[in-house]
Amino acid sequence: MTSSYLESDTIPPGASAPEGDGSPEAVAMVGITKRFGSVVANDNVTFSARRGEVHALIGENGAGKSTLMSVLAGMYRTDGGILRINGQEVAFRSPRDAIAHGIGMVYQHFMLVDSFTVTENVLLGQRESGLGLDIERTARELAELSRHYGLGVDPRAHIWQLSVGEQQRVEILRLLHRGARTLVFDEPTAVLTPQESEDLIRTLREMAAEGFCIIFISHKLDEVLAVADRITVLRRGTVAGTLDARTTTRPEIARMMVGRELAGTLLNEADVTDHRLGEVVLDLRDVRAGGDKGLPALNGVSLEIRAGETLGIAGVAGNGQRELAEVITGLRPVEGGEIALKGKRITNRHPREIARAGVAHVPEDRLGTGLVGTLDLSNNAIMRTYREKPIARGPYLAARAIAHFADRLIGEYEVKTPGRSTRLRDLSGGNQQKLLIARELAGEPAAIVAVHPTRGVDVGASESIHGVLRAQRLRGAATLLISEDLDELLTLCDRIAVIYEGRIMGIVPSRQADPEQIGLMMAGTVMPAAGSLPA
Amino acid sequence: MSQEVITAPAADAGPRWRLERVSKPSLAAQILVPAFSIVAALVAGGVIMLLAGENPVEVYRAMAKGAFGSSYNLSETIVKMIPLLLAGLGVAVAFRMRLWNIGAEGQFYFGAIFATFVALYMLPDAPSIVLIPAMVVAGMLGGGLWGGIPGVLRGLWGVNETITTLMLNYVAILFSEWLVHGPWKNPVGFGFPGTKTFPEAAWLPTWGTTRVHLGLVFGLVAAAILFVVLRRTRWGYEISVAGESERVARYAGMATSRNIIIVLVLSGALAGLAGMSEVSGVGHQLQRSLSPGYGYTAIIVAWLGRLNPLGIIVVSFLLAGLLVGGDQLQISLGLPAAIAPMLQGTILFFLLGADILTRYRLVRVQPEVRA
Repeated sequence: MTSSYLESDTIPPGASAPEGDGSPEAVAMVGITKRFGSVVANDNVTFSARRGEVHALIGENGAGKSTLMSVLAGMYRTDGGILRINGQEVAFRSPRDAIAHGIGMVYQHFMLVDSFTVTENVLLGQRESGLGLDIERTARELAELSRHYGLGVDPRAHIWQLSVGEQQRVEILRLLHRGARTLVFDEPTAVLTPQESEDLIRTLREMAAEGFCIIFISHKLDEVLAVADRITVLRRGTVAGTLDARTTTRPEIARMMVGRELAGTLLNEADVTDHRLGEVVLDLRDVRAGGDKGLPALNGVSLEIRAGETLGIAGVAGNGQRELAEVITGLRPVEGGEIALKGKRITNRHPREIARAGVAHVPEDRLGTGLVGTLDLSNNAIMRTYREKPIARGPYLAARAIAHFADRLIGEYEVKTPGRSTRLRDLSGGNQQKLLIARELAGEPAAIVAVHPTRGVDVGASESIHGVLRAQRLRGAATLLISEDLDELLTLCDRIAVIYEGRIMGIVPSRQADPEQIGLMMAGTVMPAAGSLPA
Repeated sequence: MSQEVITAPAADAGPRWRLERVSKPSLAAQILVPAFSIVAALVAGGVIMLLAGENPVEVYRAMAKGAFGSSYNLSETIVKMIPLLLAGLGVAVAFRMRLWNIGAEGQFYFGAIFATFVALYMLPDAPSIVLIPAMVVAGMLGGGLWGGIPGVLRGLWGVNETITTLMLNYVAILFSEWLVHGPWKNPVGFGFPGTKTFPEAAWLPTWGTTRVHLGLVFGLVAAAILFVVLRRTRWGYEISVAGESERVARYAGMATSRNIIIVLVLSGALAGLAGMSEVSGVGHQLQRSLSPGYGYTAIIVAWLGRLNPLGIIVVSFLLAGLLVGGDQLQISLGLPAAIAPMLQGTILFFLLGADILTRYRLVRVQPEVRA
């Protein structure tokens, strides 16, 4: 019942076969309201997308983008509103209902079984396929679909053999095979290299040209402008407006998203020329370490970061970034080489000693590593200082000093919260991150290791975090900034190093950096270009 | 969204219900829901009793009287409360760090065994002032040792403590059986499995003519100390962080392995103190089936008390009342022995169910995107 046209063993002529009444509207959501407890995630949202267009859904974190699309994909039921598919009113009870109406969603976290092949993953969960699995026939169908849409996926490959970008294309293939005509992508480029992102954008454009309806959730302005025909901006659960991508501008979208203009962000001339770098603060010599699976993750990394310098680490996720941050902060054993802070060896010291010596750590996952969601803000604020006066009084904790300290962090970093006794989990991602950064920087650390400091954070908070990092640079902190967002690196860093399979492929001054060159290094090309060696 | 949502599989048709986590249960919910659940439990129990041909009102009155109706009955309830309180505190300490110590029963026995050894074989002639503190220390050492073994295994090598603590219960109980049937058996005990009676210096002082003994003070003091330690000290803070996430604790530079071991030793020591006060305060000997499952009931006590030492004082008292009142039914009304445990089970069932309802909220989900 879902595999519709595949029964005939032929690929449909692309743009044809619009079902329903022939109106161009593939999806119409009218007055959708969705509450979670007392939180209204979508408040009377009206949204529509046409066949043949890429429609971007943009908004800050918590604006309600993912909730709205989860309603469309049958994951949630609404508390009110009408859903029309191809002009026909429908009611979804499950994702299965949604896919039966041709609506499929590609999530940020892929739902694939590593040890299965592409074909097996596609067949997985297709109840309609009966007892006997016709793997061969499905594989042939998938190969044909893959060829037709230029996805380049081998149906017989195992998932673990595939890159993240390829796995994403497997998800697309799976939805196509089930007959999806409207595809929803939830921040699809978050996990991709710049090159892969470009490829994806091209694929999506082509699919739209064939008559598919593509809905693209994002909070990156540039890619939205590159991919979309129309852009709907959500703000705090309501629609702020729908724009034509050809005529709108970055500032206009940003204004709609946050209700104000973004400040210019690039390090300007004066930032660089008038800024003096100090002594070497953080010094890594030929550092080697293993990853979680026992394979080498860092294969001789050497870096020098001076006081007042921000060194960016660019690279595709999983090339040793996390391990690099962890060896510096003492969370992962160093197997070879030396790490020094201001000339003093800190190799394999206890995390507490390293933190006390002046290394701040903004870890990759806030809630899993750096913060405890179920504790309140006060308890999260004192994680670094609870052993020291005035927070500690002998073996006891001084409640008044804690309150004072927590309020100070909340005030200085403008953490939006009802109060210090609020459970951390009840804050937005951006405010959680602000508190974490406030805590880590409270002791004016000599060095800062920041990993994806603005990932999953809304534009407003992300801007203020960038401001904080810039201020730290001016104060004279040596910062190692690991990020997958090239724009972020270009706007904050003095130099950018590219990491690939645990090796530094090259280091370039960010003002001379060419995104394409960095992209190539991220994909493993060694660049013997000028400026690739640290001075 | 920050809400944890438990949803039934979406396959069913019609309106659905689901549980949504409540971020902070309201005070009204915290009081009203348990109160309502007790009423519901009594009604459910009453229906069953009616079917069995008993008058529920009569039975409940007898139960309440049996538990709290006279100073004697009240004192018996307090006697039963003592081991539940101490062992419940022990369980709560471990649960706070998300260490699932379900070995309070075995730790209870080992505390009793160590205390018995001191009373009968180490310092049998010592005066009370020496002997009782020595037994306290021994009891806590015994329980602490029995909690420490899983603690070391978990802390150093990550061995699952749920399994090890459970298994060690059987070892402890059977070891104690062997002692009272074998080497420690009272030679003039007419064949009953049990040790000699302790010298009187080893008996915990009692309150007036009742059987309420000094163990109550141990329990209340332990609860007060724990309350302060868990809320107001650096160590208590480390436990609360590590209990939520071991990764965060490592990130913050906390000595996780050491804390795991300390917590399980402390947890066992409290259960051991419960065992010590039971032999020293009530039985005055180590005997077979010393505990009617106090170590397991302690898990329920800790949970219903929300792992809060003050809550545990209240819950251990009420639960002890339920046990004593149930036992009284057999005596006062001549009810079948099975009625009391049935009622106890019903009431616990409703209480634990209510506990979920204060933390989660039942929400009716609109059956359709649009009805």
